[in-house]
Amino acid sequence: MDFTILVKFLPLILTGLWYTLLLLVLSSLFGMILAIPIGLVQVTGPRPFAWLAAAFCTVIRGTPLLIQLYILYYGFGSLFPQIPWIRQSFMWPVLREGLFYAVLAFTLSFAGYEGAVMKGAFASVPKGELEAARAFGMSPFTVLRRIWFPRAFRIVLPTLGGETILQLKATPIAALVTVTELYGAAGQIFRTTYDFFPPMLLVAVIYFALTFIITRLFNLIERQVPQRR
Amino acid sequence: MAKGSSGGQPAVVVEGLHKSFGDLEVLKGVSMTAHEGDVVSMIGASGSGKSTFLRCINFLEMPTQGRIQVTGEDISLKTGHDGNLHPTDRRQLERIRTRLGMVFQSFNLWPHLNVLENVIEAPVHVLKVPKAEAIERGEALLQKVGLYEKKTQYPAFLSGGQQQRAAIARALAMNPKVMLFDEPTSALDPELVGEVLRVIRDLALEGRTMILVTHEMKFARDVSSHVIYLHKGLIEEEGPPSQVFGAPRSERCKQFVSSIH
Repeated sequence: MDFTILVKFLPLILTGLWYTLLLLVLSSLFGMILAIPIGLVQVTGPRPFAWLAAAFCTVIRGTPLLIQLYILYYGFGSLFPQIPWIRQSFMWPVLREGLFYAVLAFTLSFAGYEGAVMKGAFASVPKGELEAARAFGMSPFTVLRRIWFPRAFRIVLPTLGGETILQLKATPIAALVTVTELYGAAGQIFRTTYDFFPPMLLVAVIYFALTFIITRLFNLIERQVPQRR
Repeated sequence: MAKGSSGGQPAVVVEGLHKSFGDLEVLKGVSMTAHEGDVVSMIGASGSGKSTFLRCINFLEMPTQGRIQVTGEDISLKTGHDGNLHPTDRRQLERIRTRLGMVFQSFNLWPHLNVLENVIEAPVHVLKVPKAEAIERGEALLQKVGLYEKKTQYPAFLSGGQQQRAAIARALAMNPKVMLFDEPTSALDPELVGEVLRVIRDLALEGRTMILVTHEMKFARDVSSHVIYLHKGLIEEEGPPSQVFGAPRSERCKQFVSSIH
């Protein structure tokens, strides 16, 4: 076990770190944006949308992320090249990349899990607080923007930190569709050097450090929003 | 029609209000007029429908039948799929609601906002009052209800009485034409009731138009210009407090006011 060999692979590891973070940030962000309507519609209706949203969450949470990723990557990934206008579109360089399908799959996954969480959060904001908002003449959108969502978000905040960490630790799956994120980078180093432990232990330490940072980050955010029950 | 009122313009007119929850008819045709400057108290046993009546005025409950007019404006209604009446024009409903300051039994302050933020929230985001102006007015109102020192506190750190006073300031911040109080002291510990009633009494003395649902008989007798005794969804007795409390015509009302005293 020779850790010094890692020095010359530093650029590769940094590339891996970059893609891990990119995947995590983009998918958590877009996933959360999707989770808000997915959660809300299950509380407010209309019925058909609520049913669709619930079905989406059930399917996403009921199937392995790896299979979802493969279906998107091999399914759409082999369908798109056969459609000329997609091949010619300016999006093609993006649609050709494994990263696109990884971000898509991870976004949908996060949306599925957080959609269910947001549903619970929206439902658990006391009805009286929303009534008060309506009683003062707030429009439905103002109620959502000023009272309902901020309250629901504070309710999920402690959960959200944990979910983000789980999302981070799912990112190595993206290596299976050619994304050179941290684990993918470690795999490449292993295949070049035939030395397993130095690269794998190094990325394990990096994942651990990222987890630590995310935890602290969420603690910081939680302290920014003073709220007691 | 209101009797013994101070004779201003009608602020709230309710005609023939019915409300059913499924098979249960809670209100069976209740009419009321509150003129400007009136303090109308609604009393009655639990389940008599008085809170439901109040909540129908600003459409937190949708009535099954009836007509509601606020500051001379009729709220246009149509029957929905659920058999209840619904306002046809959301904008009109929202506009009317800004004229009705509601105070709830359970305060319903917004816990993610501090006291001052609670007070300026609706003026800033509904009436579009400039923030600096709203803060100035909000601080004056908190001064008035004796909570200026608590303005940066979050609701959870306040006592029930303080929370309710903050909720009253929040309602006043909209500069409403009519204040609606839904059992404002029922959720309070006995020793905190007084401080809230004092604030409400001050508002009555200022000549604010108020509709007050309450179990505080002595208070209702002191501050009201008109008292309505509801029994099983119907007005059993109404009139000036001297009549309803002093010489009720209805036997049931006589029993009720004497049993509570």
